[in-house]
Amino acid sequence: MTAPVQDTSVRTEIVVDAPQERAFRVFTENFDRIKPREHNMLAVDIAESVFEPRVGGRVYDRGVDGTECRWARVLAYEPPGRIVFTWDINPYWQIETDLDTSSEVEVRFIAESPGRTRVELEHRNLDRHGDGWEGMREGVRGGDGWPLYLRRFAAVTVEDG
Amino acid sequence: MDGWAALADPTRRLVFELVVARPRAVGELAAQLPVTRPAVSQHLKLLKTAGLVLDHAEGTRRIYRVNRDGLAALRAELDRFWNQTLANFKQLVEQPQEDA
Repeated sequence: MTAPVQDTSVRTEIVVDAPQERAFRVFTENFDRIKPREHNMLAVDIAESVFEPRVGGRVYDRGVDGTECRWARVLAYEPPGRIVFTWDINPYWQIETDLDTSSEVEVRFIAESPGRTRVELEHRNLDRHGDGWEGMREGVRGGDGWPLYLRRFAAVTVEDG
Repeated sequence: MDGWAALADPTRRLVFELVVARPRAVGELAAQLPVTRPAVSQHLKLLKTAGLVLDHAEGTRRIYRVNRDGLAALRAELDRFWNQTLANFKQLVEQPQEDA
């Protein structure tokens, strides 16, 4: 029941009633429709989220005014089984400019039967972001840090309620 | 309980926000909130279990402060983000074929 503080990964999974190939395709081609919209680093609303389906591809949000925010780079694209992409977003939900401190996300599509697929997602190496946290402590006390976090927590939670 | 679930309760979130603002003792928190001291203690215990706050003794008082390494909070938020993403995905992928 406890989430240990030293655990540097987030893992989650879901089983869907769809063949593996279709699951992979829907995930990568319809990323726009599955990424939660409230997470937005643009100044304007998101018109579209794009997942470029190739190694070296970008994952980005495009705002209604045409501005773009690239927040991931595709490291592995292996249909229909697996994708890996970076997470170039720092703990305060801003773009990480130092790419060495990015974490990464792996999504595995595992066929349980011809019509069922288990999707395992692991977001790992979260401690890599930690290198930047020391220097951000001052900022954390201001409007960009914890208070912003809390507003987000609150907004999303209320939305759920 | 993870950090996200810990903050889903409005009173607990309030407790957490006060602790984020500056380190506080249990009694001080109870004085500022419309809940009893034992209730505040219970909320703090859960927040501590979730890795969101740390505590230390000062004389007879126990002082709570936010866990600024941020990892627990980050995990909580990402946990929620990915769970929601997969839930959206499930809904979409299980729709009739002609839709996707």
